Amino acid sequence: MALDVLIVDDSAAIRKILHRVLVQAEVPLGKVHEASDGAEALEKLKTEKVGLILSDINMPNMDGIEFLTKLKADDAFKSVPVLMVTTEGSQAKVMQALELGAAGYVKKPFTADQIKEKLAGIL
Amino acid sequence: MEKVTQQDIEQAISQASREVFETMLGLPLEIDPSVMRNHIEPVTFHGVVALVGVAGSWAGTGHISCSPNFAQKLAGALLMTEYDSVNEDVLDAVAEVANMIIGNVKTFFEERLGPLGLTVPTVIFGRNYQTRSAGVKDWVLVRLHSGDEGMDINFCLMPSRVPHHVLHRPEMLTA
Repeated sequence: MALDVLIVDDSAAIRKILHRVLVQAEVPLGKVHEASDGAEALEKLKTEKVGLILSDINMPNMDGIEFLTKLKADDAFKSVPVLMVTTEGSQAKVMQALELGAAGYVKKPFTADQIKEKLAGIL
Repeated sequence: MEKVTQQDIEQAISQASREVFETMLGLPLEIDPSVMRNHIEPVTFHGVVALVGVAGSWAGTGHISCSPNFAQKLAGALLMTEYDSVNEDVLDAVAEVANMIIGNVKTFFEERLGPLGLTVPTVIFGRNYQTRSAGVKDWVLVRLHSGDEGMDINFCLMPSRVPHHVLHRPEMLTA
């Protein structure tokens, strides 16, 4: 069954790379939606249903922590797995994301294999 | 600098740069010994600069500069596409490379300096321009080479003068 995915990152380059990695990882992709921050992602989710979210932490407007908090507080989305893919390496932020319900965490720079490995554990 | 030496900054930048070049770019990398300078040399050629700010109990700026050709090469390696001009994709790729390198340098220093925030990158492309960070005296320059070209990474970090109430809410400093 095809999986619709939302990629949330303020860098268009990273969004493209993650899309490519999802294809390489042979994830049965449906639609791939993109958002450049948490607020735009929440807007997208009002009209698009997704089965997986990849999200950065440090983003303007609404960061990944606030996005995750709002997402997990909403019954409609709280079961959607969220993989954090971010430059943010501080243990405090990583722990905060995991406590909020993130399914996993990958630090940038990343290899395609690291993303594939995390996805294998989530999907 | 008290807790942060030139060698610390050189080590952090070298480690972060090697990781980014090996993991995401697949480009060869050689790194010159760092140089301490009291200013960033004016850019007198046309090139690309990406700036990322660090804020918290210590504050600073990372400044990455390279030629248009090298910017295109970086973008090509990152996005697996060839570029023959500096377009939006190329600027975005250089900004992301700066974000990853300076972000990892920030993480390196957080262990000893406490939580630090990172600004979103600002990227500039143009001719004959200079950049200034107000009040910064000590810049550490690390020069990277990849094949015939390379890029300069200038970094400064010093104790912050941010008000006490802001220091105790580092999320206020995070973009």
